Amino acid sequence: MEMSGEYRIAAPREVVWAALNDPEILRQAIPGCDSIDKTSDTDMTAKVTAKVGPVRASFEGKVTLSDRDPPNGYRISGEGKGGPAGFAKGGANVHLEQDGDGTLLKYEVDATVGGKLAQLGARLIDGTARKMAADFFARFGEIVAAQAAGGAPAPTSVPAPAAAPAASEQSAPPVPEAGPLPTEAPTAGVSTTTWVVGVVVVAVIILGLVVLA
Amino acid sequence: MTATGIGASVRRVEDRRFLTGRGNYTDDINRPGQLYAWILRSPHAHAAIRSIDTRKAAAAPGVAGVFTGADLESAGVGGLPCGWLIHSKDGSPMNEPPHPVLAIGKVRHVGDPVAVVVAASTAQARDAAELIAIDYQPLPAVVTMAAALAGGAATVHDGAVGNVCYDWEIGDKSAVDVAFKAAAHVTKIDLVNNRLVANPIEPRAAVAEFERSTGQYTLYTTTQNPHVIRLLMGAFVLHLPEHKLRIVGPDVGGGFGTKIFHYAEEALLTWLAGQVEKPVKWTSERSESFTSDAQGRDHVSHAELALDKDGKFLGLRVATQANLGAYLSTFSTSVPTYLYATLLAGVYTTPAIYAEVKSVFTNTVPVDAYRGAGRPECAYLLERLVDKAARETGIERSEMRRRNMIQPDQFPYQTPVALQYDVGNYPASLDAALKSSDWAGFPARQAEAAKRGRRRGIGISTYIEACGIAPSAVAGALGARAGLYESAQVRVHATGSVTIYTGSHSHGQGHETTFAQVVADTLGIPFDQIEISHGDTDKVQFGMGTYGSRSIAVGGSALLKACNKVIDKGKKIAAHILEASEADIEFKDGKFTVVGTDKELPFGQVAFAAYVPHNYPIETVEPGLNETAYYDPLNFSFPAGCHICEVEIDPDTGTLEVVKFTAVDDVGRVINPMIVEGQVHGGLAQGIGQALLEGAVYDGTGQLLTGSYMDYAIPRADNLPNFDVTTQSVMGASNPLEVKGVGEVGAIGSPPAVINAVLDALIPLGVSDISMPATPAKIWQAIDAARSGHKAA
Repeated sequence: MEMSGEYRIAAPREVVWAALNDPEILRQAIPGCDSIDKTSDTDMTAKVTAKVGPVRASFEGKVTLSDRDPPNGYRISGEGKGGPAGFAKGGANVHLEQDGDGTLLKYEVDATVGGKLAQLGARLIDGTARKMAADFFARFGEIVAAQAAGGAPAPTSVPAPAAAPAASEQSAPPVPEAGPLPTEAPTAGVSTTTWVVGVVVVAVIILGLVVLA
Repeated sequence: MTATGIGASVRRVEDRRFLTGRGNYTDDINRPGQLYAWILRSPHAHAAIRSIDTRKAAAAPGVAGVFTGADLESAGVGGLPCGWLIHSKDGSPMNEPPHPVLAIGKVRHVGDPVAVVVAASTAQARDAAELIAIDYQPLPAVVTMAAALAGGAATVHDGAVGNVCYDWEIGDKSAVDVAFKAAAHVTKIDLVNNRLVANPIEPRAAVAEFERSTGQYTLYTTTQNPHVIRLLMGAFVLHLPEHKLRIVGPDVGGGFGTKIFHYAEEALLTWLAGQVEKPVKWTSERSESFTSDAQGRDHVSHAELALDKDGKFLGLRVATQANLGAYLSTFSTSVPTYLYATLLAGVYTTPAIYAEVKSVFTNTVPVDAYRGAGRPECAYLLERLVDKAARETGIERSEMRRRNMIQPDQFPYQTPVALQYDVGNYPASLDAALKSSDWAGFPARQAEAAKRGRRRGIGISTYIEACGIAPSAVAGALGARAGLYESAQVRVHATGSVTIYTGSHSHGQGHETTFAQVVADTLGIPFDQIEISHGDTDKVQFGMGTYGSRSIAVGGSALLKACNKVIDKGKKIAAHILEASEADIEFKDGKFTVVGTDKELPFGQVAFAAYVPHNYPIETVEPGLNETAYYDPLNFSFPAGCHICEVEIDPDTGTLEVVKFTAVDDVGRVINPMIVEGQVHGGLAQGIGQALLEGAVYDGTGQLLTGSYMDYAIPRADNLPNFDVTTQSVMGASNPLEVKGVGEVGAIGSPPAVINAVLDALIPLGVSDISMPATPAKIWQAIDAARSGHKAA
């Protein structure tokens, strides 16, 4: 999939850049994020509890930063191997531009999934990742803008991460392109848990790419 | 006609067990001490395997063994064979790359099996498979034929330069060139025949066991032809002699062709049973079926038709590219050649035909026979082309077809593309379909629909197919690596009941009913005294199985022949007991009678005498009454017909409803009208599915996007109308039962009728073409593009 967008944050570029590199702010902004650990200057590990459809599960995503150019942006990339579930890999180019007294954050995500993840989840991944990305930027912008405006509200006043999964419940199921397509979830073969879990893995990886930018 | 004989709508005897959950499918079979296999498949369409580390998996709980392609290779396991050799135009044999049971060195499609774990449960095997570390080096994938044939494309198989399997031709090129020079009009068309997933309701499964004390292997598998699997697997893959191999195809829940082929899992499971010395079971998951069952169709064609000023066809020129996928499935090479281009005359007198077919390797699931196999692709091409020619010349569509039809007095009719049609009456089918569909009354229905804001269209197609596959000598001359006869054994028991062993295999067709009807009629015994046994190589003498609508034409004829042998022997026995000359004994209605007298012996008494030979012609006749016959057909049989479809389209949304469907099919003698009607219904559902709903879609990297029923639409009852199905039969001339075959006709004739109807509705709006599947989105886009003056995608 390919996904791009931009988001205006009411804070100077240096503040946004710093926030993007602050694991605690990221933890609070990522829907369902339990922890973020910097393992080196260019590597982070995020633990996320995500919910897609009926399934709620925890995942760990690893991402690597490259082409770092503070405070203008960087390339972030990641890869997840799901064994029999397939694989997901991708990257995002992130640019920060000064926009008056705020910052314009632009991102372009390219991601590929393979095996059962693509076979079963391609449509769900798209919607889920978009929804999670939107949730992230809304919250991230709120936190950073508040900090820039004078420190209030404190990070603890934003919605608790545990509330985040509920948000994804509201995302509408993907609409098949063709009219009379059957829309039942597969009941035979691969278990519902398996494929939804796969979707979530990918969503988190893609999310990570966007989010950790 | 008796209540249970030929021509009677006997209720299917097999349905009692199917409908009450008492069927015995492969997954119902469990053997003592059984282990479970889980197959790890490639998530990449094309990648080099740099390394596979199975150590963690092998140490996981419950695991009995983990095996890779290297293990099979070092054990001397061979590759999967292809059953039909095609030669290219230049005389060279086709490219036949290795097809390992588990991938070696490289994976070539998503779903390509790479490793297998055997464990105490499927869950443990699957968990262990998660621990297998495979280092893949992804390679550029060629997904479409255009990409595969482009200069500089990645190569699926090192030995197949340019990804071409063969570049084949049939017909007289120069005669066609001459015909086109003389043409008053030439119609050209470009068509795609969409790739389909077969979707039998029962996914594939296998259970294998090995008995060390006897060296005997047994494989239960979801197959349409157990003896063929035994031959291919024993001789080519595992190098096991046939007397140590038993293959059982028990109840099978639908095949549609995709269960003909010898699959990797069959050889793998059998080999594994020998390795772990315990029974091993594998049951495909539905999503696994999507990437490991052979798929169907996938042609891209350009065709040109030359006509004279009166609309008579002078010549036909066809160039087709056929996607074979990543490996050669068992009969894949024959489908786009001898099952396709040999039918290009259709029901028409086109005097000159030339076709060239280039078959191509891509990084997609292998493609092979699917209900109709080559013949639907042919009918679609011809009937779309004829419809377009009719529009371009202004000749009414049904009239153009009529003008070009082979007439009933022209049989046997030699086509310019190898086949000789034995018998038929195509104008009669056309007339019957026009009448039954009220073709003439369509404008009124169209006007009425227009008042409701609906675009109503009507479409017609004719078709012919070659069934009763196949005369072995002909098939052999064309490259088949097998004979295509069939066998039957009639085992008459001492008290007069009968068990039939047939090499045909039933997986939904109702053979246990129709074959019993043939026996009931021929031997004159009660229907309930007959048992049909099939599917077990240790019980059935031999068989080539069921595909290509061959069962009743070839298997049924073998059965009739075996019954007649029983009668001949019975006459000798009866002559002795009745103290008459054998020449004076007549068999009728289950009784042996001395002609012109009232002396008679019922069948049961003759059977008893054969097993208790107290008063018996023992010097010239052996005891027992158990006859076997093999039958090799003299020619193919040629079902044909005419289908007419009416659709209504909502131009604002693109939604479409099939409002009327008329099928007139010539299937030769009808054994069981109810089963024939059911077979036509099923075929129509799949044909309409291809036309309107189904399509396997890969993304640019070779990932299958339509890999579940969320994205791959199979037809449901609400997509289909009530069918108007009739048979208009000319008795078959190529087999003693005078049958032709019915399993595939619905899927062959219907797609062009549907699309011709869709176009009939849309052409007045400015739409010029639409491809299958004609989904509402595609229809809406075509209408929108036509309205805004842009070319539709």
